[in-house]
Amino acid sequence: MAFLKRLLLGEQGLLVIFVIAFAAVSIFVPSFLTERNMLGLFQSVVTIGIVSCTMMFCLASRDFDLSVGSIVAFTGMVAVMASNASGSIIVGLIAALACGTFVGFVNGAIIAKLKINALITTLATMQIVRGLALISSDGRAVGINDPGFYQLALSRFLGIPTPIWIMVILFCLFGFVLNRSVFGRNTLAIGGNPEASRLAGVNVDGMRIWIFTIQGLVCAVAGILLASRITSGQPNAATGLELSAISACVLGGVSLAGGRAAMVGVIVGVLILGIAENAMNLLNIQAFYQYLVRGLILLLAVLLDNVRSTGLGRK
Amino acid sequence: MADFLSFSHISKTYPGVRALSDVSFGVAKGSVHGLIGENGAGKSTLIRILSGDTSADSGEIAIDGATQTFSSTRDAFAAGVVVVHQELQLVPELTVAENLRLGRFPNRAGIIDFRSLKEEVNRRLKDIGLTVDADTKVAKLSLGERQMIEIAKAIMLDARVIALDEPTSSLSSQESEVLFRIIGELRAAGKVIVYISHRLDEIFRLCDGCTVLRDGKLAAHHVSMADVTRDSLVSEMVGREISDIWGWRGRPVGEVRLKVEALSGAKLPRPIDFEARAGEIVGFFGLVGSGRSELMRIVYGADPRHSGKVTIDGADSSGASPRRSIREGLVLCSEDRKFDGIIQGLSVGENIVVSARRHFSPFGVLSPKREADTAAEFIKQLRIRTPSAKQEIVNLSGGNQQKVLLARWLAETDIKVLIVDEPTRGIDVGAKAEIYELLYNLAEKGLAIVVVSSELPEVMGISDRVVVMCEGRIAARYDRAEFNEHAILASALPDRTAGEPNKKAS
Repeated sequence: MAFLKRLLLGEQGLLVIFVIAFAAVSIFVPSFLTERNMLGLFQSVVTIGIVSCTMMFCLASRDFDLSVGSIVAFTGMVAVMASNASGSIIVGLIAALACGTFVGFVNGAIIAKLKINALITTLATMQIVRGLALISSDGRAVGINDPGFYQLALSRFLGIPTPIWIMVILFCLFGFVLNRSVFGRNTLAIGGNPEASRLAGVNVDGMRIWIFTIQGLVCAVAGILLASRITSGQPNAATGLELSAISACVLGGVSLAGGRAAMVGVIVGVLILGIAENAMNLLNIQAFYQYLVRGLILLLAVLLDNVRSTGLGRK
Repeated sequence: MADFLSFSHISKTYPGVRALSDVSFGVAKGSVHGLIGENGAGKSTLIRILSGDTSADSGEIAIDGATQTFSSTRDAFAAGVVVVHQELQLVPELTVAENLRLGRFPNRAGIIDFRSLKEEVNRRLKDIGLTVDADTKVAKLSLGERQMIEIAKAIMLDARVIALDEPTSSLSSQESEVLFRIIGELRAAGKVIVYISHRLDEIFRLCDGCTVLRDGKLAAHHVSMADVTRDSLVSEMVGREISDIWGWRGRPVGEVRLKVEALSGAKLPRPIDFEARAGEIVGFFGLVGSGRSELMRIVYGADPRHSGKVTIDGADSSGASPRRSIREGLVLCSEDRKFDGIIQGLSVGENIVVSARRHFSPFGVLSPKREADTAAEFIKQLRIRTPSAKQEIVNLSGGNQQKVLLARWLAETDIKVLIVDEPTRGIDVGAKAEIYELLYNLAEKGLAIVVVSSELPEVMGISDRVVVMCEGRIAARYDRAEFNEHAILASALPDRTAGEPNKKAS
């Protein structure tokens, strides 16, 4: 019993729970552990997985970004429309990446320089950018002229679809940045103790602008891949993505109070959400229940974290 | 020998307070210099100026003969000045090594060179004699270890001048010994250490010389500690002329209204007893951190009670919550007006009636007329200077805000015990006198009043009895007839070498 307690409440508690849950689902849900379903599962979490990478940095630095869903939709739209207009997919991609980066930069600049609360700022840009996506498309989905665009999502490398590779590469990249780079450690420092960081000479404003800018860029990557997968630019794509990404991060042990984050945790958080959805689909449970289950999972994870930190505190 | 660090004619005024006036002294290279004084004597202001956190209105600081102008803490770092604050500036989720080099990570193209970081930090920690591993997260360290890391940070910046603000307040005695050894080594290496402490035994043990500040002025400067005694230092700390702004007058004292027996809580493990009678003003004196405010918060039910009993007029008070205490007739005006007291954004009038309005709001429906009447009545009675009851409270001066807070409790119909924590902090002299007058009036009406203050003259000036707290226990009690500045202050100063307090608790 004591062993179990230590296992569940220890540093790797979430990972242990994840492994147990994964094993249980593999045993009890038929056709879960098949190559086809596994690839489908990973593909379904590509958007949220990619966005969670940078959302993690945002939360770790004590900030917040609600605009990610809108940026994903808008940049997907830009990629499609710019490709159609110019006849070049490359131009479309560059335009989308530039737009995402720009929105991120605007977020960061307003938050860091004008000292406006991140929640309010990104709530505003969330609506502005969604509005832009709707206005530019007149509210309708925009199809892609060049079938080459589909290849972004359809192409495979070693039998695994490109978007999954991109997600894995970003996981590795941002895991490295968080743990091994000045940028990553400074991110944790300004989230953990902004005043100490400032006194130690960390450029806190500059850091915050960079974090939001990179978040915008990464959202554009996710937006492009999503547009390619659904073969069109959808102005209403990725609604609610911001909350899923934040949930995945919190599930993965990222502290909303800043200063605490781990890439492995976030990956596990993303997969837990993906598996819950996938298993329910396989079991033919009505999609409406998924909201309920996701909410419960989030609550349980936060409670676990709470028990863990008070448990450690008393030791 | 010429002074390595010198302050000349430093003055600093905050709105309404002259924090420092014309302070000059110097400290020689390779020495430890004590800086002492009562709370509010100007030590912290001087240190903030030294650290570049704020700048002096006039006067200058020179290091090694060169005049310095610091406009930020970074400037001070560059000049080799590091202040180790009482509140530690560490990032808990980062490792020791990362904290020590935060802002200056060794890196190649943004990738941290963890090997050289760890090597360097381990070497420096070993030099200092700390057995902390560079890879440990700061969150896992004890308070004492964190304090050491903070000092190691100063050493790693190659500081020439290191100021330590109450460094031993959170250290165990073994940890303090390590600190003292490190200080000795720094002195031998030619650094200047400015050492701020309330603990006079430490000043005598460590310092080559010391400076006493009093009311923002230089009270004494000792180049050597040879002719200095504990008594002479205490006299220099308190020796001021007392003008009678207190206007104390005797009044009859009745039955016990507040009785506290064997009370303890999380921050006050040792049980505490005291009482206050009808018509009596009991002053609580102690240095910052002595546990005065913590005690009052437990009595009031703002912090949980672990054991003990509180009775109000003979009836048990549960201490379950401030809400319950108010209903039982006990109120607390807390120390921090900004945080716990005034409600920003609301008007003066609303701030007055916010608690009492439940008495005249049938079924929760407000009665604007009665609220306005109540507000107007107290604005008049307490002479609160405000253009109208609708004025926003943040626009009032500190003294008038304090009166609004008192009015809030006086508007409660049946108050038996009033506890006021630092009622006159940051208030000018005229307003202080009015607050005192108000307290006397309330006492004459039969309330039991407890006044917590870290200003000794104030406590002595207005109290009928004084209770002195020191390190979480009651160190001494004095009746008005036995008041003596020297004795009261001496019993408030922690003294490790002497096991017993100076005056036995009665």
